[in-house]
Amino acid sequence: MTQSVVVQVGQCGNQVGCRFWDLALREHAHVNKRGLYDEALSSFFRNVDPRKSDGGACCVGGRIQHLKARAVLIDMEEGVVHGILQGPLREVFDSAQLLTDVSGSGNNWAVGNLTYGSAYRDSIVNKLRKAAEHCDCLQCFFLIHSMGGGTGSGLGTRVLSLLEEEFPDVCRIVTAMYPSAEDDVITSPYNSVLAMRELTEHADCVLPVENQSLVDIVNKISLMSHDAKPGCVLKKESTVTSGQGGVSPTERPFDAMNNIVANLLLNITSSSRFDGSLNMDLNEIANNLVPFPRLHYLVPSLTPLYTLADVNIPTRRLDQMFSDAFSKEHQLIRADPKHSLYLACALMVRGNVQVSDLRRNIERLRPSLPFVSWNQEGWKTGLCSVPPVGHAHSLLALANNTCVKPTFMELRDRFTKLYKKKAHLHHYLHVDGMEQSAFSEALSSLSALIEEYHHLDATKARLIPDAPRLSIAR
Amino acid sequence: MSVVTVQLGQCGNQVGQELFDVMCSDARDVHRKTYSAVSCERFFRQTTQGALEARAVLIDMEPKVINHSMSKAAKSGRWRYGETSHFSQKQGSGNNWANGYCVLGPRHRDAVEELVRRQVEHCDMLAGFIPIMSVAGGTGSGVGTFITQCLRDVYPSSFVLNHLTWPYGTGEVIVQNYNSVLTLAHLYQLSDAILVHENDIVHKICSQLLKIKQISFSDINRVIAHQLGGVLQPTLTPASCGAYSRHPIGELMSALACHPEYKLLSVCTIPQMASSSIAFSTFSWPALLKHLRQMLISNSKMEGGIDWQVCPPPASAGGSRSLSAGSFNTSLANLLILRGKDVYSAETGGFEDPAIYTSWLPPDEALSLWKSPVPFNKYEKSATLVSNSQALLRPLDDMVRKAWNMFASRAYIHQYIKFGISEEDFLDSFTSLEQVISSYSELQ
Repeated sequence: MTQSVVVQVGQCGNQVGCRFWDLALREHAHVNKRGLYDEALSSFFRNVDPRKSDGGACCVGGRIQHLKARAVLIDMEEGVVHGILQGPLREVFDSAQLLTDVSGSGNNWAVGNLTYGSAYRDSIVNKLRKAAEHCDCLQCFFLIHSMGGGTGSGLGTRVLSLLEEEFPDVCRIVTAMYPSAEDDVITSPYNSVLAMRELTEHADCVLPVENQSLVDIVNKISLMSHDAKPGCVLKKESTVTSGQGGVSPTERPFDAMNNIVANLLLNITSSSRFDGSLNMDLNEIANNLVPFPRLHYLVPSLTPLYTLADVNIPTRRLDQMFSDAFSKEHQLIRADPKHSLYLACALMVRGNVQVSDLRRNIERLRPSLPFVSWNQEGWKTGLCSVPPVGHAHSLLALANNTCVKPTFMELRDRFTKLYKKKAHLHHYLHVDGMEQSAFSEALSSLSALIEEYHHLDATKARLIPDAPRLSIAR
Repeated sequence: MSVVTVQLGQCGNQVGQELFDVMCSDARDVHRKTYSAVSCERFFRQTTQGALEARAVLIDMEPKVINHSMSKAAKSGRWRYGETSHFSQKQGSGNNWANGYCVLGPRHRDAVEELVRRQVEHCDMLAGFIPIMSVAGGTGSGVGTFITQCLRDVYPSSFVLNHLTWPYGTGEVIVQNYNSVLTLAHLYQLSDAILVHENDIVHKICSQLLKIKQISFSDINRVIAHQLGGVLQPTLTPASCGAYSRHPIGELMSALACHPEYKLLSVCTIPQMASSSIAFSTFSWPALLKHLRQMLISNSKMEGGIDWQVCPPPASAGGSRSLSAGSFNTSLANLLILRGKDVYSAETGGFEDPAIYTSWLPPDEALSLWKSPVPFNKYEKSATLVSNSQALLRPLDDMVRKAWNMFASRAYIHQYIKFGISEEDFLDSFTSLEQVISSYSELQ
């Protein structure tokens, strides 16, 4: 069984991370009835006996003493992390796993990446190494941060390149929160584009999530639950936005949105933690979904978003769940994959679903989904038998699809609007080590990426004939 | 004579467990002492406490499946796996053949060879090895190919019969075609013969013949196990002079693997039906054999939707029969295994018709007939046909075509190169398989 370490950077990263740990504990409590520290738990938690003097790490198979999250929490201001340490999750984190500073990054990528990046380099590397040493077999680093701010985006991407340097064999999966167009941080386009370059170069996979999509999903669910239809009640704990049953008693603003991202992370790792008839490990995700090294942006979509409590209404049919996964309302970025080109698609199913259900739905949906010519059957499937809390089954779809192109193009437009006027540039150039060339390089990296997607898109309408086969002399 | 099975990867371990289950029930339920004794000796060994232990080595790069298979076996109460006869790591092969073949296989070679050696030592006489694996993933395909090579190196005079499960045509794994092409090209050099099951076909058997509504992988694996059991359980062969044959794998090879360019074997079994229907059905050898023969020549691997229009071309027709022309399936060699009541009176003349074979072998050498009077797995009469014919040509060609298209755009190649194989290696594999396709297409 492998372990994963979560590295949460910045305010957004830490808030999402916090929801993740809460939901992870809830999920394991639901499944693990005997209080034994099993393999599934060990993938995200260490079991520590604080009475022992040597650090007290306990092996798999014993009773749960004290669970510690395999995490490193980094923030350049104290508020969020201290909030976590005062909240109900305080027991789950060790002070050695935290790195904080006082003054924040001022929404400036250069401050996060260069100033704090250099100042705290050794400290960060030490904490990462410590977390890695506690692992028997470290498979993956999950990095969570936002793109629009200063710490998450700047220091987060610095951590990413440190991970590549120090642990080149360990997979790096980044969950990046992209700002919406109406973001209140004026310099968010700069921060995002500068960070994008790092993600394109150093990450193995990126799961882009847009705030606006999360808002839309949350609104949709609350519309559903406030619907006046009699008997139409949502089952407790079942919405993808609900943290009910977890450790924290009350829900705070943004919690609902962050829960969605937390569920994404839980579902992606479910097959490596639990049993199933067709396992899908994390290293298989990168291998199957990334055909070319730079095109590693995977659009996530989660279904179902909720289940209905009323037993008279039939549970949302399995097939509906599959259809929903491809609809644009369920994607976590604002994109419509059905009208763009699929390079590859992974379906991770949890719960009581058999291979025949999976096949039937793939056959049904396949004709309406445009796939690139050389990957007409580009499906990667996984079946995990343990469903998430509150649902009988669920589906996570990860699509490597050219529908990210418009999102990136919009980002580039917002960037150019500011850059043309050199607005706010001086804040960045004043930072030690930051040069103007960084901006132009980041822009050209993004343009090159968009160009690669564009190139593939252009093949969409054309009928590509089979490549001529090798002929054998007889 | 005993057979050592090597179960590789998730598929190999799941199929292997079902196979031993079928063979154990068959050996135990049947009231024929000699048959039971031969079957048990072949696949199991009696421990000092009297329990039956499978002669198997379980290998996987992650532990969950092996644990599951071992506990499932133990739960059956009738047989189990050896306590220490397994090897697993913490992390899988990532569906990457190169990772399995170039990195993980060599890294764990010694441990695996040791486990195999121990099983071989428990055998009085070794009949051969059967590695069981899939071709779509990373461990079964990559590590499996490497281990097959090791078996060849360490036991050069033993037979190696690889059992492969080919994935569904529409994607279980995106890079499945690369993994399949690399595996098949290498195994063709290493293996004595390659016995293939295709998930698509087995799925159809489950839905149309066995009438299973929600088909799970256990159902699929049970069908594969039934068909494999039908091949491997004891039989009386022409060479065994009235006793159960003690060289099952060797005789299978000499029956079917007559030429190094033709190693692909397909299996079909008749009848296959829901167990609840068996009691209400009557079987007759003429009907069973007639259907089976038509299944062979029309290349339908299951009894249902058989195309009765297909018939062997008249003897005077010349010219080569290529892939596209007609649907007649030419055989190189066939092995017909009959089990059950009245087996000695079964009339198998239809399989000796020279028109269904290529012209190089006389039909009495091309057809081998094995019999066993013991009914197998609840069927009063059953027939299994192992065929070296053009049956796998179309699926193989599809697999190579899709892999080649992907290779032409160089998609995913960087994932393989980083583990140590080169584009040259890919090209070599493609070339070998085009050769195989060409050889089979030109059978006439």
